[in-house]
Amino acid sequence: MLHTLARAEAVAARRAVAAATVRHRHVAERPLVLVPLTTAGEAGAPLGAMVGTDRAVPTLLVVPQPLDRELRFGFFAGLAEALLPEVERLSDEVEVEPATRNREETELCADALQIVVPNSAAVEFVRLVGRSTRFLRTVEDPEAPHPVPVPVPLLGRWLTHYAERARTPGSSLLLAMTELLTRHWATGQSAMEDQHLGALLGWIDPPPGLDGPAAAARAQTGRTPDGLLVSPPAGPATDPVFDNRVLAPALARYDRARAALEEAGDDARRRAEVAAAQEQVRELVASQLRPTWDDVWHGLDLLRTLPEAEHVAERWKRDRWSFTGHRDRVRAGEPPQPKRDDAVTAAQKLAGRETAQARLAAQEALDDPLAMAVRRLSGEAFSGTVLDVVMTWSEGRRPMPRPVLTVATDDLPQAEPGTKAYRALPGARSAQSAELVAVEPRGPEEPERAAPAPGWRVTVKLTGGMGSGRTPKEGSVPQVGDTVVFTLFEHDPRGGPALPDAEQTPWTHGGPPQSAVPGAPAAPVADAPDPVTPEDYL
Amino acid sequence: MTQPVRSTGPDPAGSPYERFGHGRGAEPFDPGRAAAEATAGILADTLHGSARGVVVDSPPGAGKSTLVVRAARELAAAGESLMIVAQTNAQVDDLAARLATADPELPVGRLHGSDSPPDPALDRHPSIAKSTSVADLRERQVVIATAAKWAYVKDTEPWRHAIVDEAYQMRSDALLQVAGLFERALFVGDPGQLDPFSVVGAEQWAGLSWDPSASAVVTLLAHNPGLPQHRLPVSWRLPASAAPLVSRAFYPYTPFRSGTGEGDRRLGFGAAGDGGPVDRVLDEAAESGWGLLELPARHTPRTDPEAVRAVAAVVRRLLDRGGVAFSADEPAPLTAERIAVGTAHRDQAAAVRAALSEVGVAGVAVDTANRLQGREFDVTVVLHPLSGRPDATAFHLETGRLCVLASRHRHACVVVCRAGVAELLDEHPSSEPVRLGVTVKFPDGWEANHAVLSHLAEHRVAL
Repeated sequence: MLHTLARAEAVAARRAVAAATVRHRHVAERPLVLVPLTTAGEAGAPLGAMVGTDRAVPTLLVVPQPLDRELRFGFFAGLAEALLPEVERLSDEVEVEPATRNREETELCADALQIVVPNSAAVEFVRLVGRSTRFLRTVEDPEAPHPVPVPVPLLGRWLTHYAERARTPGSSLLLAMTELLTRHWATGQSAMEDQHLGALLGWIDPPPGLDGPAAAARAQTGRTPDGLLVSPPAGPATDPVFDNRVLAPALARYDRARAALEEAGDDARRRAEVAAAQEQVRELVASQLRPTWDDVWHGLDLLRTLPEAEHVAERWKRDRWSFTGHRDRVRAGEPPQPKRDDAVTAAQKLAGRETAQARLAAQEALDDPLAMAVRRLSGEAFSGTVLDVVMTWSEGRRPMPRPVLTVATDDLPQAEPGTKAYRALPGARSAQSAELVAVEPRGPEEPERAAPAPGWRVTVKLTGGMGSGRTPKEGSVPQVGDTVVFTLFEHDPRGGPALPDAEQTPWTHGGPPQSAVPGAPAAPVADAPDPVTPEDYL
Repeated sequence: MTQPVRSTGPDPAGSPYERFGHGRGAEPFDPGRAAAEATAGILADTLHGSARGVVVDSPPGAGKSTLVVRAARELAAAGESLMIVAQTNAQVDDLAARLATADPELPVGRLHGSDSPPDPALDRHPSIAKSTSVADLRERQVVIATAAKWAYVKDTEPWRHAIVDEAYQMRSDALLQVAGLFERALFVGDPGQLDPFSVVGAEQWAGLSWDPSASAVVTLLAHNPGLPQHRLPVSWRLPASAAPLVSRAFYPYTPFRSGTGEGDRRLGFGAAGDGGPVDRVLDEAAESGWGLLELPARHTPRTDPEAVRAVAAVVRRLLDRGGVAFSADEPAPLTAERIAVGTAHRDQAAAVRAALSEVGVAGVAVDTANRLQGREFDVTVVLHPLSGRPDATAFHLETGRLCVLASRHRHACVVVCRAGVAELLDEHPSSEPVRLGVTVKFPDGWEANHAVLSHLAEHRVAL
């Protein structure tokens, strides 16, 4: 509801409006930006990429003939060369996490590599590259039919890890710029149109002389006199006009030059022609990549203008744990991530992500009044003024303080009496617990009714966070006139019980997987190919 | 809803249509006998069968809880001890109370979390012991808890038998957590109700037999295709006016019949109608079991104030006119506790609650489809999930949602809806991606919605 209102406001203002007062994701000091492009009709065949940590000097990788396997492997090697040294550098800068009750003293990477791509389709591309390269056999394997350069499978494992981690709500290891921007600004266009990075930036920060809709329209449809888009799509798909009119002839020229070199024999002139054709493809692909590259950095600039939310560092630390964990698995010589998750791993991942989702929603609400407003509007939280505090004590041998608060609020909490409520206590490590006692409409005679909005009188009983004495700790009980915010959701949701080990997978789920059976062959058994059916010959 | 379509495997229950000569002038359908035969088959497989699991599909109000209690008692009588897994604390409390009522001698253990004490109503039963630790209850012959609580139980000798209730509403990963606790189990559930869901995306596992977000029964059958699968053939809740529609629209491949005949369930009013549309739709519902109160077509916010007011007016008049429910038992006055209002969203339920308190009605259950699952009322008033919407999303089209809302009543169901839903459906054919390896779901929500709408159109009163 609130988001719809924000979009309507953006339409009226002809410019994006803030959807957050703080930045809810970590933005690294030195992120690695990756802008990939694929070949039309060949999702698994990259055409090129711009990659790097310095916006002034991007590394340009281009595949002059995307259907050539050798050239594609060369592209992967180039990507590995751009990415893996950054991973290595950060892998070695560690700090020591002191031991806790459940864990010994451990090493934790002081920072992790953050990868930023233009949009969610590019996240899919990262996943695809990871999947297609992590099992490849390298030149070190004498029996490999099509060996790849040595670092490529390692690149695949890291990209797979990043893409998998990106599925955890609130993680910042691999971020899509369009998602980052739409989390923090609401535009006056549809969610579909927001996927276009150029149009999205047009709404948020239009160039001088244009307003949001005009800048977005120019980004989406504006073409130069030669018919190419002013703002080429952020990829990985390319503009068909570019493909047909410009790229195809250049690829054909490269193919002809290569064929000539192979058939007519090596000579300097033919070599020069191949190099020239290759250079032409490079320039063309660069012309399509460069605007998006600049857009991603522009987006980063915009995000950096927002102050970082309080809980971002805590979530980034979880990302650093994830990064460190994968570093350790690679160093321990573990095999690449399996093709499919087994039953236990899948359930573990889902449970972890559900906890992360609940934690993210709670933390965003606590960090940002705009996010909290959404929860208040849906009856999951309420904010109001304390009208009355009555001290009561619990029964039992050691009576504990149980102050009953009456709160005047315009938010209607959607919950039954007896529901648990939580309040953030400044300086305390965990939230103060309380219990909803009653929700009643406020009478018209009551003072301080600012607006004719329906008002409510909510009674809550504080049940914790007041110390262990008979008198509550200083400052732990609000006073009459204080403004308080209670939520009906936990502030730090915990995960559920541990799942069984893979070798304990029960019969209902097919029993233990092959890899978990002791004595079974270590190498995964390849699936039998699908049987050939008449449809195959249609 | 999840209805695995099986092409192979044993089917000992057979189709009730074939076995009881559906309208073919064979021997008359005897619901009591049909249900007894089905139950006998289930118990035989559970007590003496060799399969590790038995699956029972139960349509709405077919005596699922009765079956669970019966199976638990028979297993106990055979000297076995067993565990029971249900999905919510309310279901667990209800089952424990039913067990203790049916057999006050049976030692029952109610395992619960420290944050969720059992219903104090259980204190009436001395045979129920309550604890947060399974070690305290290990000696009890039946131990019952939610799946969430069982998941915390570790390092204990597995039970020989288990009963899993509402198994179609249990997620596959929840079964993974508890399946190590038992050797064999009876899985009971309603395949037509709402599927379990996840708040985060789980597409990456779609098509895997152990997709953690799928229903427990789907995973179970994928890995154990030979398990005996039974169905309960008779709905005792749904009246003769409702069973054929619900069966046809939501259970096309596993039809069922109502246990009562035409005219056995009636609804009467102490006061005659005032001729207004609300009273006319009530008269129509009393007469035919269904009523559709149709508001003019319009796109509205979710908490459509006019529709919400109409729902409240229907409930108000139901009570004002002194409704009486006639069934095989004594005629019962239609009190607020016997009425429910069902909605798709929580904010709609809240709006209806506010509207009801404005017209001075208290005690009527108002909730979303998810929370009304498994409950039963004499009359239900339903705010149609697609009423006033500009689009038909997968959420609103979910077959289980409409099925739950349309199958809670013993006597009559009044649907409040804006006109134009049929056109809306035609503009939004379902466009969910087809995923390899995913069990096809029947019926399609789109088609089920059309089936229900065209039936309701015969009982339409325009507001």
